[in-house]
Amino acid sequence: MENNIICIKNLIAGYDNDVILNNISFDIIKGEIFIVLGTSGCGKSTLLRHMIGLDKPISGSIIINDVDITACSDSEFQKTLKKIGVLFQGSALFGSMTVGENVALPIMEYSNLPKNVIDDLVKMKLYMVGLENYENHYPSEISGGMKKRAGLARALALNPEIVFLDEPSAGLDPVISAEIDELILYINQRIGTTMVIVTHELQSIFTLAKRVIMLDKRKKGIIAEGDPKFLKDKSDNPFVRQFFNREARA
Amino acid sequence: MQSLTYKFNYDNPENIILSFKGRMDISTAPSLLAKLPRLIKSKKIPSLTINFSEVTYFDDYGALVLFELKNTIANLKFINVSNNINDVLNIVNFNKIEKKPSLKKYRSFNIFVRMGESLLENALSVKYFISFIGGVILSLIYVFFRPKSLRYNDMITCMEKTGVEAIPIVGLISFLLGLIMAFMSSLQLKQFGANIYVASLVALAMVSELGPIMTAIIVAGRSGSAFAAEIGTMKISEEIDALYIMGFDTTLFLAVPRILGTVIVVPVLTLFSDVFAIAGGLVIGVTMLDLSATSYISQTLNSLSLFEVIWGLIKSAVFAFIIAWVGCLRGFETKGGAAGVGNAATSAVVTSIFLIILFDSIFAVIRSYW
Repeated sequence: MENNIICIKNLIAGYDNDVILNNISFDIIKGEIFIVLGTSGCGKSTLLRHMIGLDKPISGSIIINDVDITACSDSEFQKTLKKIGVLFQGSALFGSMTVGENVALPIMEYSNLPKNVIDDLVKMKLYMVGLENYENHYPSEISGGMKKRAGLARALALNPEIVFLDEPSAGLDPVISAEIDELILYINQRIGTTMVIVTHELQSIFTLAKRVIMLDKRKKGIIAEGDPKFLKDKSDNPFVRQFFNREARA
Repeated sequence: MQSLTYKFNYDNPENIILSFKGRMDISTAPSLLAKLPRLIKSKKIPSLTINFSEVTYFDDYGALVLFELKNTIANLKFINVSNNINDVLNIVNFNKIEKKPSLKKYRSFNIFVRMGESLLENALSVKYFISFIGGVILSLIYVFFRPKSLRYNDMITCMEKTGVEAIPIVGLISFLLGLIMAFMSSLQLKQFGANIYVASLVALAMVSELGPIMTAIIVAGRSGSAFAAEIGTMKISEEIDALYIMGFDTTLFLAVPRILGTVIVVPVLTLFSDVFAIAGGLVIGVTMLDLSATSYISQTLNSLSLFEVIWGLIKSAVFAFIIAWVGCLRGFETKGGAAGVGNAATSAVVTSIFLIILFDSIFAVIRSYW
């Protein structure tokens, strides 16, 4: 389909021949918020690492913006990387740089904006994520929630077409989690960024997503796909209903 | 390629209208920012109205263009602003953002203030330096009376990494050092027909001085930095806090096995170093100085006394203590992130080498008054 920004086809992924995801296929539509969910150890992070090209699959293809990143040339891959931003689970801010410098780094590298203009842009980006006046703080001087937000500002620095977010609200208080969810929605609606989120925070899933896929450790693949509100009550699979209703296994 | 065009309407000189058509985003902002502010300044436009009616896409890079224009023109107005553009302007705090450098952290340029700050910083660091050595000595006494409290597995791992794994490099460097010493000294001694004293020179210099120092410097570079980096990473990832909360004495848990392990293996490594250096000298003696292996070895043994060997080993044990103690200290002092760990490792090596040389001088003074 023309509207698909990411297509995963027959992906087999794993490490050292230990298959974690067996033959999965799905598409992500341009401009949507798409959530990958599942219990711990089901391969969510593995899938994310493959989608952003950090790991190579055993077989199958991952097509981002019509480029198969499993088979393309290095230069094509580099071009594709400029279209994506990633918020890592631990934020991955550079400890030797201030928050402002962290956000400015990709802008300085990949845009032709003059230094004083970049300073203004960094201020705007940090205001967007609620970190006004924190430009000169080092990552070690701010809290975990602030680091997440700074990481998000850095992922959004070049307004990429797709942003991958690994557990964006894990370990944050409910108010900040809700604020981050709101920010994700806002950026998705106003700027049109496609968001691919890996999470198992139910509240965020219901707030953000129209479409999710759920992975399962035993099946090593997708056990449910669709609207989380529908899956919560009407999924055929009792485990999926349990997951969405936060019930313990019988 | 996404495009953006703009047009000035000068019909009313009091109110010039600038109309944008197309996308105002990351692809169009740099060229707009390169041209527009300069153009507006050169034409000395007093007030400007921006018309957004034909803007098809607007994001924070568009807001950035407007912000830079706002700083060029005193009177800037917007017309036909869609809800979407308004929202983007709101989320970047367009109306309140200030064009001024962010508050830099206070740092005085007064030389006396800087000297005072540095003095206080160093005084505090010396305090910790001394309190840490006190902590280590107390823990060692504790281990002496309660040997079961020592983490033997950690100590053996440390001995393996610091000692066994260092043998090849210590051996190679010492062998080459012996070779160089023998070769260089032979150039002089040959003139007096005193070739045989090359053996004495290499043996005495290595056993009492160079063996302990070279080994200590290699161990400081290999293991002292590793201790600092390992404990430093544990510190920044809160593992040390976790140990503390679980009721462990962090010095006893982390520093003592490393210090004891190092103090045990470094003298052994020094012995290896001495033997390899003498072997290096032997190679030169036999191949270039017409000495027989037997005479070289017997001259070596004659010139060495047991006291020399033990003196060298005592020195190397003290150096080992310094290396492990400083490595652990710098690890515990680590602050910040990855850069902090790097600084700790560097500082561990530099401080250890300085203290090794300092203590070697002290040993030399003691020896001269013995």
